[in-house]
Amino acid sequence: MVGKEEIAIECIDLKKTFNDKDYVLNGLNLQIPKGKITVLIGFSGTGKSVLMKHFLGLERPSSGQIKVFDEDITIMPDELLTLFRRRFGVLFQNAALFDDLTVIDNVIFPIKEHRIDLSRAERTEIARERLKQVGLDEKDFGKLPSELSGGMRKRVGLARAIALDPEILFYDEPTTGLDPIMTEMVDNLILETHKHREGLTSVVITHDLSAAFRIGDYVAMLDKGKILLHGTSKDFFETDIELVKRFVTKGLHRGES
Amino acid sequence: MKQMLLVPIHYVLSVVEDVGLFMIFCVDSIRWGFRPPYRYQELMQHMEFIGNKSVLIIVLTGSFTGMVFSFQVYQGFKIVNAQNLVGPTVALGITRELGPVLTGLIVAARAGGAMAARIGTMRVTEQIDALDVMGVHPKQFLVSPRILAALVTTPLLTALFIYVALIGSHFVSVNMLGLDEAIFLHKVYQFLEPKDIGQALFKAAVFGFIFSTICTHKGYYTRGGARGVGNATNEGVVKSMVLIIVSDYFLTNLATIYYRMFR
Repeated sequence: MVGKEEIAIECIDLKKTFNDKDYVLNGLNLQIPKGKITVLIGFSGTGKSVLMKHFLGLERPSSGQIKVFDEDITIMPDELLTLFRRRFGVLFQNAALFDDLTVIDNVIFPIKEHRIDLSRAERTEIARERLKQVGLDEKDFGKLPSELSGGMRKRVGLARAIALDPEILFYDEPTTGLDPIMTEMVDNLILETHKHREGLTSVVITHDLSAAFRIGDYVAMLDKGKILLHGTSKDFFETDIELVKRFVTKGLHRGES
Repeated sequence: MKQMLLVPIHYVLSVVEDVGLFMIFCVDSIRWGFRPPYRYQELMQHMEFIGNKSVLIIVLTGSFTGMVFSFQVYQGFKIVNAQNLVGPTVALGITRELGPVLTGLIVAARAGGAMAARIGTMRVTEQIDALDVMGVHPKQFLVSPRILAALVTTPLLTALFIYVALIGSHFVSVNMLGLDEAIFLHKVYQFLEPKDIGQALFKAAVFGFIFSTICTHKGYYTRGGARGVGNATNEGVVKSMVLIIVSDYFLTNLATIYYRMFR
């Protein structure tokens, strides 16, 4: 289990049901340490995305608590939650770029919303800098998202996510649907981004096990709405839990082939 | 047997629940529209889309409606030798009913469908979640400006519709059916009153509110990919159209009562 680090996100006995019968999250307890990369893995349909929506306050749990920096976001009123979310950055599965805005306008958007103190030129400067950080070429800044490849959209999405210097950065299935080379590129991008930002907490949701071990300081495995195992990659190789063993051998095998 | 009895009860309950949720959505969207930061740019964009871009279609449908309406009324009135009243009959019919209703239907189909599809696509591609996470309230950003824009532009388009329809009517009556121009205009001035135009603009504003809230609501709660977006658009447009025509009856009664009270 996690050591004595400061806690960024803490879930206490989290339950969520959409129809009063089947529990997507079923008494989940999890502590995500500050300043580290934590990877959440699990088979498809084990509630990973639902859990992330709870972290972001987009869904409210049926019961239980979620504390982010010691503040319970499950009882926070909508207005406060909207303000609180400025401390989050999210890279969505398909980047979720606004398709009527150009690449640079997409990155300027959150800055324009929250930094009214800055002039237009300053906002543009920040956006350009963020886009360069994620390795985007100047000539692509004026393009529309529909003209970009999947990998490039991910980069723009990441640039937008870090535009406001978030304290916690979420990645929802960052490598799903990408080829192996792009996958590696995105993994490196996550590592780079994390390294360059002091005190940033990264939470990656994925089902790609080899990537999880490569980039994650800690890995937490989800099954049937509960955390099956939470620890370092060493813990995963030494475990006795049958399901985890199976997931590890299968996942790594597929990763190598 | 007990099961069968419960089915209509459940149905009624679900309808009540849907209506309640829709009301909450409307109130919420209006409330958010009055909070800073005000979305002037969005408002202008949507007014341009709903208003300016509908002008051509409104001019076309409006002028031909006026023309064919005059023609039919003339055919009927000729039998009883009342051709002099073609002008005011058409003018009153267009102003009180056809103008606002047809404008409402046309704009609902054009702009309402686009609203539902646009917001629905943003929902299924997680763009609405992205807005939420960036600390921008999606209703304030997407819904409120659209409702306000529809509320302002539908009456304007209705005014345009009535204007071109009367021009069309004048053209057909005077140039093609050979009615006397002076009598036509005199009779129109005699019977058409400002309150008729006021009633038309009021109805149009209500229709604008109806289609914009229904279509944004359908789009906002879209689920299930491209199919979901298709369903949302379809349902939004159909429900708006039906509700516009149904509410027209009640609005007409309301207006009559109002004018009777404050004459």
